[in-house]
Amino acid sequence: MRKGPTWFNLTSITLGLAFLYLPIVILVVYSFNASRLVTVWGGWSTRWYAALLEDEALREAALTSLGIALVSASAATVLGTLAALALTRLGRFRGRLPFSAMIYAPLVMPEVITGLSLLLLFVAVDFNRGFWTVTIGHATLTMCFVAVVVQARLIDFDRSLEEAAMDLGCPPARTFLTVTLPLIAPAVAAGFLLAFSLSLDDLVIASFTTGPGATTLPIRIYSDVRLGVKPEINAVCTIMIAVVAVAMIAASLLTRRSANGSSAAPMP
Amino acid sequence: MRRAFAPWTDPGTKPLVRFEAVSKRFGGVTAVDRVSLDIYPGEFFALLGPSGCGKTTLLRMLAGFERPDEGRILLAGEDIAAVPPYRRPVNMMFQNYALFPHLTVEGNIAFGLKQEGMAKPEMAARVAEMLDLVQLEGLGHRKPAQLSGGQRQRVALARALAKHPKMLLLDEPLAALDKKLRAETQFELIDLQARIGTTFVVVTHDQEEAMTMAHRIGVMNQGHLVQVAPPSEVYEQPSSRWVAGFIGDVNLIEGRVVSATPQETVVTALDGTRLRLSQGADAAAGATAWVALRPEKIRIATERPGDTAENCVGGRVVDIGYLGDVSTYKVRVTDGAVMKATVANATRLVERTIGWDDEVWLSWTPGAGVVLTS
Amino acid sequence: MIGGNSGHRTLGDRLVVLVPYLWLALFFLVPFLIVFRISLSQTAIAQPPYTPVLDLAAGFEGLREFVAGLSFDSYATLASDWLYVSSYLKSLQIAAIATALLLLIGYPIAYGISRLPARTQAILVMLVVLPFWTSFLIRVYAWVNILQRDGLLNDALIALRIVDEPVTWLATDTAVYIGLVYSYLPFMVLPLYATLQKMDDALLEAAADLGCPPWRAFWRVTLPLSLPGVGAGALLCFIPIVGEFVIPDLLGGSQALMIGQTLWTEFFSNRDWPVASAVAVVLLCLLLAPIVAYQHTQMREIERRG
Repeated sequence: MRKGPTWFNLTSITLGLAFLYLPIVILVVYSFNASRLVTVWGGWSTRWYAALLEDEALREAALTSLGIALVSASAATVLGTLAALALTRLGRFRGRLPFSAMIYAPLVMPEVITGLSLLLLFVAVDFNRGFWTVTIGHATLTMCFVAVVVQARLIDFDRSLEEAAMDLGCPPARTFLTVTLPLIAPAVAAGFLLAFSLSLDDLVIASFTTGPGATTLPIRIYSDVRLGVKPEINAVCTIMIAVVAVAMIAASLLTRRSANGSSAAPMP
Repeated sequence: MRRAFAPWTDPGTKPLVRFEAVSKRFGGVTAVDRVSLDIYPGEFFALLGPSGCGKTTLLRMLAGFERPDEGRILLAGEDIAAVPPYRRPVNMMFQNYALFPHLTVEGNIAFGLKQEGMAKPEMAARVAEMLDLVQLEGLGHRKPAQLSGGQRQRVALARALAKHPKMLLLDEPLAALDKKLRAETQFELIDLQARIGTTFVVVTHDQEEAMTMAHRIGVMNQGHLVQVAPPSEVYEQPSSRWVAGFIGDVNLIEGRVVSATPQETVVTALDGTRLRLSQGADAAAGATAWVALRPEKIRIATERPGDTAENCVGGRVVDIGYLGDVSTYKVRVTDGAVMKATVANATRLVERTIGWDDEVWLSWTPGAGVVLTS
Repeated sequence: MIGGNSGHRTLGDRLVVLVPYLWLALFFLVPFLIVFRISLSQTAIAQPPYTPVLDLAAGFEGLREFVAGLSFDSYATLASDWLYVSSYLKSLQIAAIATALLLLIGYPIAYGISRLPARTQAILVMLVVLPFWTSFLIRVYAWVNILQRDGLLNDALIALRIVDEPVTWLATDTAVYIGLVYSYLPFMVLPLYATLQKMDDALLEAAADLGCPPWRAFWRVTLPLSLPGVGAGALLCFIPIVGEFVIPDLLGGSQALMIGQTLWTEFFSNRDWPVASAVAVVLLCLLLAPIVAYQHTQMREIERRG
């Protein structure tokens, strides 16, 4: 039983959480501000949400972003899970070190570098930039995050279950599908959700790798924001926060239910 | 004690499993060092040894989860080194049971049968047979999380036996059970094995378990197989001082061989005590030897026995342990060493005649000890 | 696939490694080579906007021409113009200070969470992570809102009579620090929390038993044992912050740009691909050691537990 927290502990947590949530709360509140100016409170109103519905460009950008996020997250989940398997189950295979380097480097690499390099690749092979180039870019980055999440679960996973399955006549591939996968499914799902939000949220890589007709929501928001604060943006943000919060809570419940005893939320 | 069953004494019987000079290394550590062993069909064989002795590695090589670095493993005469675990006619009961948490009891038991592609009605019948065998009828629909430790153990057993394997491997099967349950389960396992006739290979660090259940025990130490014999032989004729000390308590008296014939050996201890034993020893006169005496075979008395010329030594009681059914006496003998004697408490404690610091005599019969040369 | 030690390598095993390996090699490694190659080129008003272009059809002659057309001019530009050097230095400085701030703020939070009962811990961790899952861009933008001259921070400060006039927060280094700490806090808190949570309580009890007051026990026992988490968190924050773009762009000033902004400007505004590539290559070289260090700590963790 851990010794209880001190006043200092409680204060730091409270201040920390307040710091984290204050800007979000302000955003949400002001999305309902009838007045256009942040400095003036004009009463409660949903006019900015209505304005959102009118904004064709924003809607299209949102749909593009969702499409890219869906496809890239799916690819990333498959690739990342395979990578996690390779790292945790295959022992010391030849090329393991460079392989792990390639998995961990993108996690910390500044996005300007990855974005630029991907764009130059597409230009070099003369690949038309647009929906698919952004998708490939996102999948490449987010698969590493999925790998880390799934790998954390695989390490804790009871290997003797896999051995028992093999002992009873199950070849490795079938063991993975009938024993391992069902039991790590929540971690895989959490990885998918992580990849999805990362893709939805990404600005830098999308900016580098996008092409005509494939403007994503962050690109749209960013160009709007540079022109000055726009109240509709608050509304978009609030919607996104709500969507993500719901997804996040769902993901957290999933991972909590799966792991035998381990109750940590997925790592970002 | 097991009933008469000794296929290893019959030269005509072929072993089910044969290890031929098998070695296995992990990094710089040799876990299994040139082990050769035969295990016979229908046998209940126990691999016994302290942790790290290599017994689990040997078991896992049999199951197919490790590959030997040297040597061969033959199952029914065929080299199985290249056969992956999912194609061996051998099944294992895991130490932590490894029950699939997302499947029911029936699902767990049927798992291996599904891999074989058994027909549904046949599978259902086999599962029912297994549930009956381990006395878990009616619990088929539960999930492992809803079972007690003892029940989970039975499911693990049923699952491993469902495919009617040639051999069942058990990795510390009783380790997770409490003492009372352990004793009951020991007898159930013996019973089960006798009934179905499958060869059982058990890995354990608990000597009592091995002695109770096994037809033969293979004692291992630091990767070497040091003795393979029925329990009585391991206890009463240990092959070395290490085995003697590992199995139960023992007094080791160092000395020099005076004479050795096939029927009798005479040894002079370092303090001059003369020991005569009614068994032969593989030692020349003048060689160093140790006499192993089990505490329960030593008589302790306050009066000097009639003949103190041999098999007798005097000393002072330095410690007494009361264990309810027996008492153990630690006696400091003439050369300063401490010997241990165990005596059944035939009378009540208040009637005990021997107390602390008493001068006593320890004596034993010629048949009580064994001479060890290593 | 599962039989690591038993030596039963199947086709499945190889596929499991090959598919992600090839993907990453193609879309992560190869592009770096291309960036390096572009950094050796010159700008051109052409499509693509650089020269020389390798024309495989031209055969060996073409190859020789190609190699002759390469030069280190872009790197010379970087070295000679103070703008770039100061940009690198500024980025490293900001990253270092921001990481230090993150440690100072994040450690107490992580430590506090680790002292709470287990179920509360899980909820709090989720609360810390939740903002991360909402749009990064949005949250930075929220700070623009707050830090404007007529924004909420100034309103609050004036109302509390701490200042008389609105303070300029935006377009300062302070705003950048606030934005960085805000965005990267979860990256610092989570690795720290993970390490602190695993610590054995019995160690602190032993320290107390041996006469150590709580604050000294923290210094002598808790802090040293949490260093792996500190290292992981620090690297996880420092490295990407060096190349950060969005935060300095929205919150920072136009003088003393960070290297991420410089790269962006070179590429999108000046359309100078070679120089942008050279900036990227140099940045990568600067970060190589920390990246390797990070990868090393992660693999060690897998080895230890896997």
